[in-house]
Amino acid sequence: MSTPLLEVRGLRKAYPGVVANDDVSFAARRGEVHALLGENGAGKSTLVKTVYGLLRPDEGRMMLDGRDYAPASPHDARQAGVAMVFQHFSLFEALDVAENVALGMEVPPPMRELATRIRDVSETYGLPLDPNRLVGTLSAGERQRVEIIRCLLQDPQVLIMDEPTSVLTPQEVAILFETLKRLRTEGKLILYISHKLEEIRALCDWATILRHGRVTGSCDPRQKSARELAETMVGSELALPAAKTREPGEVALSIAGLTAASGAAFGTELKDLFLEVRRGEILGIGGVAGNGQDELLAVLSGESRSAPDSIMLGDLPIGSFGPNERRALGVLAAPEERLGHATAPDMNLIENAALSGRRRMGMVSRGFVNWGKARAHAEHVIEQFDVRVPGAGSVARSLSGGNLQKFVIGREILQQPDVLVVNQPTWGLDAAAAAAIRQSLLDLAGQGAAVIVISQDLDELMEISTRFSALNEGRLSKPRDTDGLTLEEIGLMLGGAHDLEIGQGLSAPDRAVEAGETSP
Amino acid sequence: MDLGSINPVLLIAALLLASTPILLAAMGELVVEKSGVLNLGVEGMMIVGAVSGFMAAVESGSPTLGFLAAAAAAAVLALLFGVLTQVLLSNQVATGLGLTLFGLGISSLMGQGYVGIRPPASPRLELPVLSELPVVGPVLFSQHALVYLSLALVLGVWWYLRSTRSGLILRAVGESHEAAHALGYSVLGTRLAAIAFGGALAGLGGACLSLVIVPQWTEGMTAGRGWIALAIVVFGSWRAWRVLLGAYLFGGVSVLQLNLQAAGIAIPVELLSMSPYLITILVLVVISSDKRRAQVNAPNSLGRTFHASG
Amino acid sequence: MIRLERRPAPSRAWAWATPLLAVLATMVAGGLLFAFLGKDPLLVIRTIFWDPILGEFAFYYRGQLLVKAGPLILIAIGLSLGFRAGVWNIGAEGQYIMGAICGAAVGLAFYPLEARWLIFPLMVLAGGLGGFLWAMIPGILRTRFNTNEILVSLLLVYVAEQILAWMALGPLRSPDGAGFPGSRNLRHYDSAANHELISGSGMHWGLVAAFIAVILGHVLLSRHILGFNIRLAGASPRAARFAGVNPGLLVLTCLGVSGALAGFAGLFEVAGPAGQINIDFNVGYGFTAIIVAFLGRLHPVGILLAGFLMALTYIGGEAAQATLGVPAAAIQAFQGMLLFFLLALDVMTNYRVRIDARARA
Repeated sequence: MSTPLLEVRGLRKAYPGVVANDDVSFAARRGEVHALLGENGAGKSTLVKTVYGLLRPDEGRMMLDGRDYAPASPHDARQAGVAMVFQHFSLFEALDVAENVALGMEVPPPMRELATRIRDVSETYGLPLDPNRLVGTLSAGERQRVEIIRCLLQDPQVLIMDEPTSVLTPQEVAILFETLKRLRTEGKLILYISHKLEEIRALCDWATILRHGRVTGSCDPRQKSARELAETMVGSELALPAAKTREPGEVALSIAGLTAASGAAFGTELKDLFLEVRRGEILGIGGVAGNGQDELLAVLSGESRSAPDSIMLGDLPIGSFGPNERRALGVLAAPEERLGHATAPDMNLIENAALSGRRRMGMVSRGFVNWGKARAHAEHVIEQFDVRVPGAGSVARSLSGGNLQKFVIGREILQQPDVLVVNQPTWGLDAAAAAAIRQSLLDLAGQGAAVIVISQDLDELMEISTRFSALNEGRLSKPRDTDGLTLEEIGLMLGGAHDLEIGQGLSAPDRAVEAGETSP
Repeated sequence: MDLGSINPVLLIAALLLASTPILLAAMGELVVEKSGVLNLGVEGMMIVGAVSGFMAAVESGSPTLGFLAAAAAAAVLALLFGVLTQVLLSNQVATGLGLTLFGLGISSLMGQGYVGIRPPASPRLELPVLSELPVVGPVLFSQHALVYLSLALVLGVWWYLRSTRSGLILRAVGESHEAAHALGYSVLGTRLAAIAFGGALAGLGGACLSLVIVPQWTEGMTAGRGWIALAIVVFGSWRAWRVLLGAYLFGGVSVLQLNLQAAGIAIPVELLSMSPYLITILVLVVISSDKRRAQVNAPNSLGRTFHASG
Repeated sequence: MIRLERRPAPSRAWAWATPLLAVLATMVAGGLLFAFLGKDPLLVIRTIFWDPILGEFAFYYRGQLLVKAGPLILIAIGLSLGFRAGVWNIGAEGQYIMGAICGAAVGLAFYPLEARWLIFPLMVLAGGLGGFLWAMIPGILRTRFNTNEILVSLLLVYVAEQILAWMALGPLRSPDGAGFPGSRNLRHYDSAANHELISGSGMHWGLVAAFIAVILGHVLLSRHILGFNIRLAGASPRAARFAGVNPGLLVLTCLGVSGALAGFAGLFEVAGPAGQINIDFNVGYGFTAIIVAFLGRLHPVGILLAGFLMALTYIGGEAAQATLGVPAAAIQAFQGMLLFFLLALDVMTNYRVRIDARARA
């Protein structure tokens, strides 16, 4: 076995109250796709940020190509041949592709030359891109290409990819994997961060598994079953949610022919939407980020108004109603952004309970707030949904993501909605918290409420929803029963590979099939 | 009333000069806002520049030293804002207001012994040959050096933001400080440099007022020009050439209303005096009513506090 | 290496301590400034902060304190609502002027009719309305045309000053004034005068209004849904929209209330301490009130205290000017410094300072 290209020994990084990395060691060779596997919060991101020079370790050392490696900044890392594709893209919407690429390079060539090289490299690797387009106008998949090309132009030895598939359609995932395999044959090391087991088994040569900041295992993922990997990752077996209900009732809420512009600068316009959700069912709406999810939630919650009869609650036109009028009628919502949209970060949980519960929980009489009722509601949520927090007086931003999300979902569910709309309910949560939230949504539907779940996590939607519809560039596909729906079909509903020409070798449908087969 | 007494050639010459302080301050603020910082203290920096430049010029007898002192003093004041907002993470709106209030106070304190004095004259820059051309010669080629400097700055800022790497980084920091930080660029360093530059230009603008245009020191002599410079940056949708246009529009209105006052037109003097402010408001309304465009052009991180965790 | 670390929750202790520390720091820095001007710093500080309350002539100064604090508190309470909601009305000076002009114009229109029960209340209403309408200009421009209210409200101050000059020289000029600028003196017109309620105390209706504003402001912010919406909109605009707050209506409410309160302040001033509409009627209360609002941490009770403190710097500053020759401008710089120190120290409320033993790698 050749000497490792990258070696990490005894790395430790602590934040106040949390040890993010504790005695982390691993080694990785050239020509390897090396997985860093772990749940959200296991310390994967801290680890790669350290490798990329964004964080400095408290203890431990790193070696690159046999030499000591201690990058003080990403500049140092890039000079040493380490590049990184971020999970939350480090891109600038108002700048064009070439400018974005230039910002990621140490010594960029003149702009015109750079544009040519971007075209060359993007075609070589099957990731076509127009260097002159504003990044704000690109889809999530295209944005990721900008990041990858930015890295490739530097000819790195080590390429770090942080959860790269979370924003891609299955077809786009297949293309990405081809690119990564090709880079592997060129002798590069790819550090691949993910919590998706099937993906890692399909792609990676070696996996280092992290839990609570420590290394709990190291193996060839192709030799292990998904179940074995999951147990090393989570530490215990997970209870799967109870079966979904199968007796949809009458139509609770419907949208007909709704078109709505976005309020945001680079937002997505909703185009001619049709949608129906019945009592007792969960309607799953899938889609890659930036295809109109925020806009759809806003239209349903009442934050954006539309023509009165474009949205019907039973026989009642509610399109022109604001959030509180809808709440009074039993239409509730939980937005994706937990801090700063669903809750006010610097306000405590009592105030945040009043934020959405004021009307339905009778917290306001003659204009005056009854803080006692607000506190009671907050404490009820904390107790029923197992929100781990010192008390209702804690401010929202002091809660962990999982606990805050449980509070947000619980706050709406305990108001006994007839219709509940949630956007990305388990994003960034660990498996236990995610399972708890999915279960509570299933329970709510079981009690006869109509639930709409907007999510990018297709596995999640397959698990809990009875019908599935895809949101693509502001359009909603015709809903299908989730039973018997294949990943390939879902991929096509999601807009396939977004006008992508696939490089050499297989044609697009073949590849889509391949992606379908390697996933559950 | 004698409208015939208004000479269009002189009017344009006066317009170029009258616009210069606002143009300088607005170009500085443009760079600051492009880096994602909203400094509402332009008025305060201008007036401190006006008084510092005046004092230095009177004491040394050299207008050039005066201009340098004005730029330096206002840059120091701007850095005070920079440290407060960027290091101590204070609210930019409140701190900018504080800067203006403090600047107005400290300037009248500094300028106590200088009221009613004439500063050393700052000569016009006669461009050889060109200045002797009929009509356009005296108008365009026989102005104070600062007029040319301000035009050169427009060109320079435009080129810097568009074509240099450092300009690209500055725009990137203003667009998304998180992403710029993730790529390893210094948000703090970039912004402090931009803030100091903005301060220096505002100071220069103030000195242009006290040393060239008026030329005298009186308390509160900037009379809202710093605020108008801020408005012109919005009016120019954060683009150098449009800021130039905005500054000259304002300068034109100011000079015209003064000429109308002098000509004794039958409009109350006060109404004429308020016209530059009213017209500034009017153009602001027109330019910002297109909400979508305003959003696309404004730097995305404008006014937001940045704190690098970890 | 020193770095800042965000606290999980804002520190209550620091929230109370920062204004006090800021005042102390300003005294030190101000002392240095006065020493630089060649004055005995201790003597100046004592003259400003001690003598007006407890010194030999305190009986005179205490009344003056109320006179100055009234408008500052009244305006600052209004501004604080907007500042909390992220609505930046910095043109209170203009609204103050317009309130005074409208109120005074109503009073003068009745001259020389004597009917205090009718005229004075009408003037108060007109004053509030004047400030309200003037503040509605940036409000409507912001909500209808998305125009920045900071710039518009501020630019309108200069417009209001021109209107003031025009009124003092034109329509409102006293016919018996021998051609001097300025209106009739309202203090000599009983039905329109805002007299002292207790002779020599400095207490007038403006101060009563200020106290009422403090109480109502406190109830509004802590108990009423509108106050909650205001705080919510400032803390997180998107969350506020999700909560069903209409942002446009909130902008109009905040600007309207602060404008009306500034207008009231202007009316009480012109009918009382100032007496007449004149070119130099406004002395910057509208701007100083911004400092008062922040120094009081945008909290009504804090503003009450901050208003008196800031009034003290005015009174003490005048005394220091008269007895020690400290320039009037020094006080203005002093007030600006106070705001700076407050904003600088405020970092402690939300962040913890950590000192790393290890140097940067």
